[in-house]
Amino acid sequence: MTAMAPKDLFASPDPIAWCPGCGNFGILNALKRALVELELRPEDVLMVSGIGQAAKLPHYLRCNMFNGLHGRTLPVATGAKIANPVLVVIADGGDGDGYAEGGNHFIHAMRRNLDMTYLVHNNQIYGLTKGQASPTTDRDMVTGTTPEGNVLGPEKPLALAVASECGFAARGFSGNMDHLVELIKKAVRHEGFSFVEILQPCVSFNKVNTFDWYKKRVYVLDEASYDPTDRTAAFEKALEWGDRIPLGVIYRSERRTYEDLRGLKGAPPLKDRTLDKEKLAAVFEEFF
Amino acid sequence: MSAKKDSPGVCDLSIRIGGEAGQGMNSIGSLLGKAFVRQGLHVFINHDVMSRIRGGHNFTQIRIGDRPVNGPSARVDILVCLDKNTLDLYKDSAEGLVIYDDGKVQGDAPAGKRFLPLPMEKIAEEAGGSARMANTVASGALAALTGLPLEPLSELLGEVFSGKGDQVVRANRECALRGYERMKDKRESLPACGLPPSDQAGPQRMLFTGSEAMALGALAANVRFYSAYPMSPATAIMEYLATKEKEFGIVVEQAEDEIAAVNMAIGAFFSGARAMTGTSGGGLALMVEGISLAGMTETPLVVVDCQRPAPATGFPTRTEQADLLYVTHCAHGEFPRAVLAPGNAEQAFRLIGKAFYLAEKYQTPVFVLGDQHLNDSSWTTEPFVMDSLFREPQSLISAQALKDMAPYGYARYEITDTGVSPRLLPGTTGQVLYADSDEHTVEGHITESAEIRKAMVEKRLRKLAGMRAEMAGPAIFPGAGAGSYLVCWGSTLGAVDETVRGLRAEGADWGYIHFSELYPLVEEPIPRDIAGKARLVAVENNALGQLCRLLRMETGLDIGTRVLKYDGRSFTPAELRRRLEGLKGAE
Repeated sequence: MTAMAPKDLFASPDPIAWCPGCGNFGILNALKRALVELELRPEDVLMVSGIGQAAKLPHYLRCNMFNGLHGRTLPVATGAKIANPVLVVIADGGDGDGYAEGGNHFIHAMRRNLDMTYLVHNNQIYGLTKGQASPTTDRDMVTGTTPEGNVLGPEKPLALAVASECGFAARGFSGNMDHLVELIKKAVRHEGFSFVEILQPCVSFNKVNTFDWYKKRVYVLDEASYDPTDRTAAFEKALEWGDRIPLGVIYRSERRTYEDLRGLKGAPPLKDRTLDKEKLAAVFEEFF
Repeated sequence: MSAKKDSPGVCDLSIRIGGEAGQGMNSIGSLLGKAFVRQGLHVFINHDVMSRIRGGHNFTQIRIGDRPVNGPSARVDILVCLDKNTLDLYKDSAEGLVIYDDGKVQGDAPAGKRFLPLPMEKIAEEAGGSARMANTVASGALAALTGLPLEPLSELLGEVFSGKGDQVVRANRECALRGYERMKDKRESLPACGLPPSDQAGPQRMLFTGSEAMALGALAANVRFYSAYPMSPATAIMEYLATKEKEFGIVVEQAEDEIAAVNMAIGAFFSGARAMTGTSGGGLALMVEGISLAGMTETPLVVVDCQRPAPATGFPTRTEQADLLYVTHCAHGEFPRAVLAPGNAEQAFRLIGKAFYLAEKYQTPVFVLGDQHLNDSSWTTEPFVMDSLFREPQSLISAQALKDMAPYGYARYEITDTGVSPRLLPGTTGQVLYADSDEHTVEGHITESAEIRKAMVEKRLRKLAGMRAEMAGPAIFPGAGAGSYLVCWGSTLGAVDETVRGLRAEGADWGYIHFSELYPLVEEPIPRDIAGKARLVAVENNALGQLCRLLRMETGLDIGTRVLKYDGRSFTPAELRRRLEGLKGAE
């Protein structure tokens, strides 16, 4: 095999269909860098996504991809990971895909605690369908489906993660590349379910939560003074949203993974296991 | 209904055990059923269950014959009333012997020689230490009345309770013995049933439920992953497989909903593990988008739909065959699929194997239709034969093709003559694959091209021709020449077969055509010489005649005469016979 420059290793020939200036470019570049710095090969990685602008991201990477249905990212990732735990599984999607259509799966994926990473691009609006309210759209915001202003308040996905005892829950920002690269690397390295919400501007449909809006508010948590294993403190931090928005690892819990609890860790992957015909014959005997 | 019409052989005995949910009717059924099968007899057990955990009125019915019995009898030769309610319900209508617990009936004991008082709970308390063993007392009593020797029953009690310790085994054996002793001199009251002597036991046969057969079929087909959300009557498949997780190195995952269940199975099959999901019609409704996803991404998938009466929640614990048109057409868009509908447990085992074979070879979803009657009933079958269907064909890319391929040069949706593109599994060194639910290029990337769209639609649908060529036509009995044929599919087979054999034995010119592989239909599913000459009468457990509609849609053949049943219960041969006689009268 010909050697490739590390920066090209994860490059895909598929032309990118995002708007110029989209926050997704920053996330794509951060992810490429993180994968190279994690010394992974394209065939080691499986990206699973649903539908939305964010969910197109795996097309723009060279790695295994399953681009499924809107909201159903995590169940596909779950099945794929259980069948072959050797794969580095990264699920990827937006706020509509993950928090609205896929909200139930999000809760249960955190409970299951499979060793995978879930990146949610949060731009607080529906981009693919051109500007309708999402579960994280600010209250009172005017969108295509809320012409009189959004009457609902935004969901707090990180607080949901703390409540669900998510193994690793963090927030990054597409405009803070170096921090985001490190966050993704930590998430992938964490053994268990890692959830990273990534704030990103939607240049076409969200004129409120712009790049500058986020830039002015985000700050990186001080790792020396903030303890993400303190669940009560983490819950408070997860609710912090307004003039100041924390970035970094909000919550960590050391829980046994699904793979560990189900005896999959270190065992031959399900996909490679074969039927033991003697055992089957013994089971047949029970029916005579 | 005379016994003769319902009887395929010399021995045809039907025992009904009624009581409240939780009284162990089911245990008596499986215990005695197995004992009779070991005596060389054929057994069929069905359950009539209300959707509740305790109380209500449920019954288990065991039919025993010296020839194959594949459905319930309408007649009851022995009725066991574990509660007073059962006695009240049937005492005026029941034929045959009635065993009732006289400890539970004060004053108004039924009169007549055929009513046999047996204080089952009292005996159970004295002999076993717990009134809960009343069902074992009943088992012993039934053994005595039917001429089943006590030894095989005792042996089975040992097998069933061995995990609970010697004390429990001893107590149960004592209960069975006392029930047996109390009834052994009553045997002459029963119409003769030629139970063969135990030393002349016939060939070894198996007894299992349709759900067990499906689960065993999946194990035999090397299923590695089963994801589902509990829903009657499919839950038994999941629970059975869950007991085999460790032994067979499989994973059974209880999903948060059916949407997750189907998507997990798709993810697992995508990764290279044979995966299956099972549900009933309502759960399938949630899975439908995932079915379309499997079709588009060309991911193999096996889905079991255990039908129950619908719409909506319907009758959760009863039976119907009303999902045929649904599974042949559900999900948006056009993509290939196969639909199989076993007629009994033996076919259920084999067709699960075929479902995996077709799903993997053609990389598309395959449905297996069960129903409450098929899945919950116990069937006697000859020992299983694992034929070539249980091989794993995989349609994976060959090692040589991989070797010749440029790094990262694999294209998931290569256009081929058969429509099947060699599959790559994620994790293969030097290659990656892109699977996409959007319309996609051969590489698996999103496209808007009209030309590619057309080529991809055609590629996917080309698989239907290959699948059609692998489908079996209906079973036709007799092969030709009958004046009238019943046309049926799935679990009505037993009742139809018995009815037709009974009619033929009396010289009536009837036959039947039974479909177990329904989609894609074979060319000319009903041979021209039959369709053109014989009278066709459809028999279906639904209200619209769904097979008739499918046949008309696919072939233009119109079966105008239909015997349909949609009361949530399966056909009995007696009822079918009556309905056919009604048809004749109407002519």
